[in-house]
This record gives sequence, structure tokens and C-alpha cells, in this order.
Amino acid sequence: MHDTGGVKPDRAVVRDALAVGVAVGLSGFAFGVTSAGSGLSLPQTCALSLLVFTGASQFALVGALAAGGNPFTAAAGAFFLGVRNAFYGLRLSQLLALPRAVRPFAAQWVIDETTVVALAQPTRRAARIGFTVTGLSLYLLWNLTTLLGALGAEAIGDTEAWGLDAAGPAVFLALLAPMLKTTRERAVAGIAVLLGLGLLPVLPAGVPVLVAAAAAPVVLWAEGRRKTGDREAGDRAVNESHDSHDSHDSHDSQRDQYGPQEEDR
Amino acid sequence: MNVWIAITVTAVGCYAVKLVGLMLPEGVLERPLVQRLAALLPVALLAALTAQQTFADGRALVLDARAVGVAAAAVALLLRAPFLLVVAAAVIVTAGVRAITG
Repeated sequence: MHDTGGVKPDRAVVRDALAVGVAVGLSGFAFGVTSAGSGLSLPQTCALSLLVFTGASQFALVGALAAGGNPFTAAAGAFFLGVRNAFYGLRLSQLLALPRAVRPFAAQWVIDETTVVALAQPTRRAARIGFTVTGLSLYLLWNLTTLLGALGAEAIGDTEAWGLDAAGPAVFLALLAPMLKTTRERAVAGIAVLLGLGLLPVLPAGVPVLVAAAAAPVVLWAEGRRKTGDREAGDRAVNESHDSHDSHDSHDSQRDQYGPQEEDR
Repeated sequence: MNVWIAITVTAVGCYAVKLVGLMLPEGVLERPLVQRLAALLPVALLAALTAQQTFADGRALVLDARAVGVAAAAVALLLRAPFLLVVAAAVIVTAGVRAITG
């Protein structure tokens, strides 16, 4: 990815950025349909894409509202999904070196796709172009297709007969799949599924998802404990193999962070 | 009204976290544990949401056409299909199963 070394023509950056912006921008259609199918009005659906503009959070919010969750529980789930953008922003602010006055305007575009494109560029100039072109094309298309999707859903009426209620979970699965790289992620996902489904009948709507988020710290905690245990039993372990499960930890926390959507979009 | 409250809270919260990332001084969130947690949180949330939206009907768990559709999406993902095709597979298969089973 970084092997272009020196200069990359602006045109090539724009082309890469547009490819991502257009492909993902089109999936706003799925959001518009899902949102309208979940009972949100046209202005509500469009407001979400204009103001929230981070796909997974939007899908999560309309799903939680459709399930009858209270507005704050529903918003909390969407918010926690959006927290990752803070980490993208941190990386981007170093990379793009934006003037402070510009940052509040750039902030709305700090999402998975713009981060992936910007990080893939060899120079600051290319990163800025990549970020801007991806952000602009994705923002315009995402909002346009949201509107069209919502109008389309209203036109066809019963969205369930058309199978459109399966679009939401399919989007989540497509976002999730590339993240399941190591045992750690799979363990987190497995526990989260059990918590999310197991608690569904007993807790108010929207709450089980928030509890399921605890799978992340739980797995990290268990890993930490196991590592401490390993160290205590170190004398014996030294004589055995070195290919321990946690050998990659120090290297790929960055890839964990920014890798997910790289290939599939 | 409730929906607008949820939209407002989500919009303000999601914008705030984006801005915080851009405004914070370097290094504040760079601790490995914090980064690892931030990377794992979406995994947990997306997994729980996928499962719920596939199997939940209100507060009951059901196995219906959606599960077949999402399974089709999983197959499409394994075949490295592009994003839109994955979603389309889920929708079309779900609609197909519903049409057949009435």
C-alpha cells in the first residue's frame, strides 16, 4: 500500500478516492430503504444521513427505534459505534495537519472510508486530496441515495415483502466480517452474539446491545490475565515454543484500527 | 417526538467524537490498551446487532426468511463479493423465501 514511495499523481489519488466514495455512497440507498421501512419519516431519514453521517450508527439507531427502544438507549448504541471515529480523527489530524479553524468542518467527514483512503496515500498532499475527494463524493452520494431509498420504500409500501428488512443485518455483517481477523476478534463477536440474543427477552429494547459491548473489555481482561499467568509460569514456557498467541500484539494494533474496510470497499 | 430526540442526541454525540479526535493533542489516545478497546468495541456491537436484527421479532427470537437471507450474505462475503452485492443477496433471498413460503 505504501510502496509507491515518492510521488503519486493527483489524478490517481482522485480516482482511488472516487472509487471508494461512489461504491460506498451508493449503499445509502440501503439505509434510506431500511430507515423508511423501520417507520422513520422522510425528513427524519434524511436528517440522519446529513447530520450523523456514519453508516453503522445510522443503521443501529433506526434498528433500535424500530424494535421499540427508548430514544436514549437507541442513541447510546449508535454513539458507541461512532466512538471509533475519534481514533480515526486523532490519526488524521497528524496526517493532514489541518488548521484549527478548518477542523470543525472537516470533522463530519471523519469516518471509516475517508480514513482508509487518506492513510493509504504516500504524501501529505495526496492524503489531503484523498480525504477531501472521498469525503465530498461520499457525503453527496450517501445523502442523495438515502433520499432516493426512502422515497422508493414509501412507493413500494410493504418493505418486508421485498426482503428489505434483511438489508440492515447484511450491512452489519459486511462491516463486521473483515474485522474478524484473529481469535481475539472472533471471541469478542461470539460473546457479543450470545449476550445480545440471550438478554433480548429479559432486558428492555436496545439495552442488550449495550451490555454486549462489554464483550470487548471482558476479552481484553481475560487476555491480560492469561498473559500474567503465562509470565508466572514463564520458567517452563521459555523452554517451549516461542510462537505464543500474543506475539503479534505490539505490532498490529494500528492495523486493527484502520484495516477493516480497506479491501472490501 | 421520541425519534427526533434520538436523532438529535445521536447527531450531536457522533459529531462530538469525530471533532474530539481532530482536536485532541497527539498521544492522548495512543495508549495500546485504549486503542485495542476502541478497535474491539465495534466488533462487539456489530456482532450483537447482526444477530439481533437477524433473529429478533420484538423481544422474541425467531427463525424466519431473514436468517436465510443473512446466510446468503455470509456466503457472498466468503466469495469476496462487493458490498452492494452482499446486501442485495440478503434482500433477494429473503424476498424469495417469503414468496415461496407465503
